[in-house]
Amino acid sequence: MAESKVALKRADKEKLVEVCREFNNKPGELINVLHRAQNIFGYLPAEVQEVIASELNVALAKVYGVVTFYSYFTMIPRGKYPISVCTGTACYVRGAEKVLDEFKRLLKLEVGETAADGVFSLNCLRCVGACGLAPVVLVGEKTYGRVSSDQVRKILEEYGYEG
Amino acid sequence: MDFVKLIIDNKQVEVPAGTTIYKAAHQLGIEIPVLCYMNLEHMNIENKPAGCRICVVEVEGRRNLAPSCSTDVVEGMVVRTNTMRVLNARRTVLEFILSDHPKDCLVCPKSGNCELQDLAVKMGVRKIHNEEISQMSSYRVDYSPSIIRDLDKCVMCRRCETMCNDVQTVGALHAVNRGFMSVVAPAFEMDLVKSTCTYCGQCVAVCPTGALAEVDNTPQLIRALSDTKKTVIVQTAPAVRAALGEEFGYPAGTSVTGKMVAALRRLGFDYVFDTDFAADLTIMEEGTELLGRLEKHLKGEPVKLPILTSCCPSWVNFFEQQYPDMLDIPSTARSPQQMFGAIAKTYFADKINVKREDLIVVSIMPCLAKKYECQREEFKTDGNPDVDYSISTRELAHLIKEANMDLRNMPDEDFDNPLGESTGAGVIFGTTGGVIEAAVRTAYEVFTKKKLEKVDFQQLRGMEGIRSASVDIDGFELKIGIAHGLGNARKLLEDIRAGKSEYHAIEIMACPGGCVGGGGQPLHHGHSEILQKRAAALYREDAEKPIRKSHDNPMIIELYEKFLGHPMSEKAHHLLHTHYVDKATVIKTIE
Ligand code: SF4
Ligand code: SF4
Ligand code: FES
Ligand code: FES
Repeated sequence: MAESKVALKRADKEKLVEVCREFNNKPGELINVLHRAQNIFGYLPAEVQEVIASELNVALAKVYGVVTFYSYFTMIPRGKYPISVCTGTACYVRGAEKVLDEFKRLLKLEVGETAADGVFSLNCLRCVGACGLAPVVLVGEKTYGRVSSDQVRKILEEYGYEG
Repeated sequence: MDFVKLIIDNKQVEVPAGTTIYKAAHQLGIEIPVLCYMNLEHMNIENKPAGCRICVVEVEGRRNLAPSCSTDVVEGMVVRTNTMRVLNARRTVLEFILSDHPKDCLVCPKSGNCELQDLAVKMGVRKIHNEEISQMSSYRVDYSPSIIRDLDKCVMCRRCETMCNDVQTVGALHAVNRGFMSVVAPAFEMDLVKSTCTYCGQCVAVCPTGALAEVDNTPQLIRALSDTKKTVIVQTAPAVRAALGEEFGYPAGTSVTGKMVAALRRLGFDYVFDTDFAADLTIMEEGTELLGRLEKHLKGEPVKLPILTSCCPSWVNFFEQQYPDMLDIPSTARSPQQMFGAIAKTYFADKINVKREDLIVVSIMPCLAKKYECQREEFKTDGNPDVDYSISTRELAHLIKEANMDLRNMPDEDFDNPLGESTGAGVIFGTTGGVIEAAVRTAYEVFTKKKLEKVDFQQLRGMEGIRSASVDIDGFELKIGIAHGLGNARKLLEDIRAGKSEYHAIEIMACPGGCVGGGGQPLHHGHSEILQKRAAALYREDAEKPIRKSHDNPMIIELYEKFLGHPMSEKAHHLLHTHYVDKATVIKTIE
C-alpha cells in the first residue's frame, strides 16, 4: 500500500460521506457539497477536499481549483470571532474601506487571514442586504450598522480585544 | 441536416447549422488566428474556453467583436475577419497578454516553435503599449523527472487541462486561483511529482508557449559523448523515425530511418542500435506470457484474463495510481526501452568487454514518460541505471541542429549489429494497434505451429479510440481490445473491474495515436492528421521489411540460444520482467 497522505477524524469523514450521498455523489454538485462542508467545518482543509474528490469522483485538482476560484471558500480555519466587513457597493461608498483598514491595522491581519491565537479572523463580503445600515460589519452572527472607523476598537473590545 | 448560408470576407459559404465562424472561415481557406482554441479533429478533441479573444471578427449588425472560435454561424450573417478594427483589437489583446509574459524568447525552450511568438510576428507587434505600468505575475518553476512547468509563461489557454482531464482522465492539472493569480496546477499547487501525473506529456504536446516543456537531458548526453573513457550506445524507438523528418522540413509521414542512423553516428555514438530489436524481444516475452495464460484458460484453470500490454510507462503509472487492485492483470514484461537497457548492460557489455559503468545507454524516444521510467529504482543495478538518458525526438532534432548538421544532407545508413536487427513487427510498435498485431503474428505461429500466410491484420489498425477485433487462431477466436488515450483505457479497465470484459488481450497506449502521438514528438500545432501520416509511414516500413515476425529475427534467436535460454526463463525473468507498485494514496482516518 502506498503511504496515506491525509488524516481525518472518522466521524468527520462519515459526515462528509453522508453529505456527498445526499447530493447523490454527483460530480455536478461539487459546489453545493463544498458549501455544506464549509458550513460544517468552517473552512475546507485539504483533507476535506480529498474526501469530497474521491466521493464525487472528481479530480482533486479540480476541487482545489473551485475552492480557490470562489472567494467564498476558504482553506484557512475561521477565528472564534469571524469578522466580515461588507464591501458591497453601498457599504463601499459609505466608507467600508476605512473600516476595513482599521480592522487590519488593529488586528495586524490581512483579508482572509486568521490570528495566530485563533480568536479573530478577517474577511470581506459582498452586499449582505442591509444597505440601509451601510457600512455593515458582521462578527459571527451579530450585525453592526453604520460603523465608522473610530468605532472599530470598541467593537473588538466587546470580544476581549486588549491590543 | 440544416445548412446555413453566410458571407465571410465577401465570399459566400454554406455550412451545417451549429458550425462556428472559425470553422466556416477555415472552409473558405481563411485561417483566423487563435491562441486558446485547439481542435484535434482526428481525435475528437476540442478545447474551446473562449478566453483569449485573439480570434475576434466583425459581425455586421453586432456592436461587439465576436470570438470566432466559439460563435456559431447564423443564416445571412456577414462576417469580416480582417478589417482595421479587427486587426487593432487582436493586436491590443495580444499586447495585453504579452505585457504579463517574460520576454526571454531567445533562451526559451519553445523559441522558434511557440504559438505566442508566431502570433507576435504575424501581428507585427513592435511595442507593447503600457508595458511600464503593467504587472508581471510570477510563480515558482516546478521540476519533475520528465516535465518542467514554468508558469510565468502560461497564457491560461487551458489546453493542458483539457488533455489531462478530458482526454487522459488523470486530472493532475486544473486552473486554480482567480484573475491575475490564476495558473494551471495540481491540487494544492503541489509539485507535479506528488500529483497523479503519469508523465504522458500530452499537456506539453499542446501547450502553445514555453510554460510546459520536457526536461532537457542533452547537456548530460553531450558530456557523455565527449568522455573518451565511455562507450556510448543509442537505441531509437520506432515512432521517432516517422516524425524526426518534420523538424527538418520533410512532409509529415516521411520515414527517415537511414538518415537518422547516419546523423547519430556523426554525433559520436559508438554503436547505433534499434529499440525495434527490443520490441521483438518484448513480443517473445509478452507473447509467451499471453499464450501461457490462454493455455491455462483453455484447460479451465483459474487465470487472469484479459492480459494487458505493459510497454507504455505512462500507462503503467496510470494503473499503479488508479487501479492498484488490478496490478496482477498487466503483463510483467518491461517496456522495450528497459529490455534494451538490460540486455545492453549485460549481454552486449560482456560481448565487447566493457564494464557496466563504462557503458552509457541512451534512448531516443517519442515519449516523456520514458525519462521517468529509466530512473525507476527497479531498473538499476547497484545504483547504475540500465538506460542512462532518455532523449525525446524533439531533443534529438535540436542536438542535430546544434551540431551544425542537416538531416537532409545525410546518407542512408544501417543500424549496427547485433542490437540493431529488427523485424516489421518491431516497427509497428510505434502506433496504436501495432503491439497487439506484432504479438498476434508470433502467437499464431507459436500456438498453431503453422505458418501465418497473411501477416497484415487490418482489423487491428485504425485511429478510433477504442477498437475491438477478433483473430481466428486455428479455430480459436482470440478477442482483442485496443485503447489509446488514458480516458479510453479507463473505459476498458472499468469493464474489467466490473467483470464485464470479454477480451483475452488488450493493448493500451497512453498517448492518442500511440507513440506516434507521444509527448516528445515534434509539435503538431493542432494538425492532428499528422499522427495518421506517421502511423502510415510505420506500416509502410513494416511492409518493406524482409522479416516481419519477431520470432524470426535471427539476432533474437541467437540471444535466446547464447544467453537467455528461452522466453520466461529465469534469466529472462530477472532481466526482462518487472513488478508493479501500488501508488494510490489512501485516506486514513483517526479515531
Ligand atoms: S503529463 Fe499527462 S498526466 Fe501529467 S499533467 Fe500532463 S497530461 Fe496530465
Ligand atoms: S500551461 Fe500551457 S497549455 Fe496549460 S494553460 Fe498555460 S499556456 Fe495553456
Ligand atoms: S452593500 Fe453592504 S449591505 Fe448592501
Ligand atoms: S482562440 Fe477564440 S477566444 Fe481564444
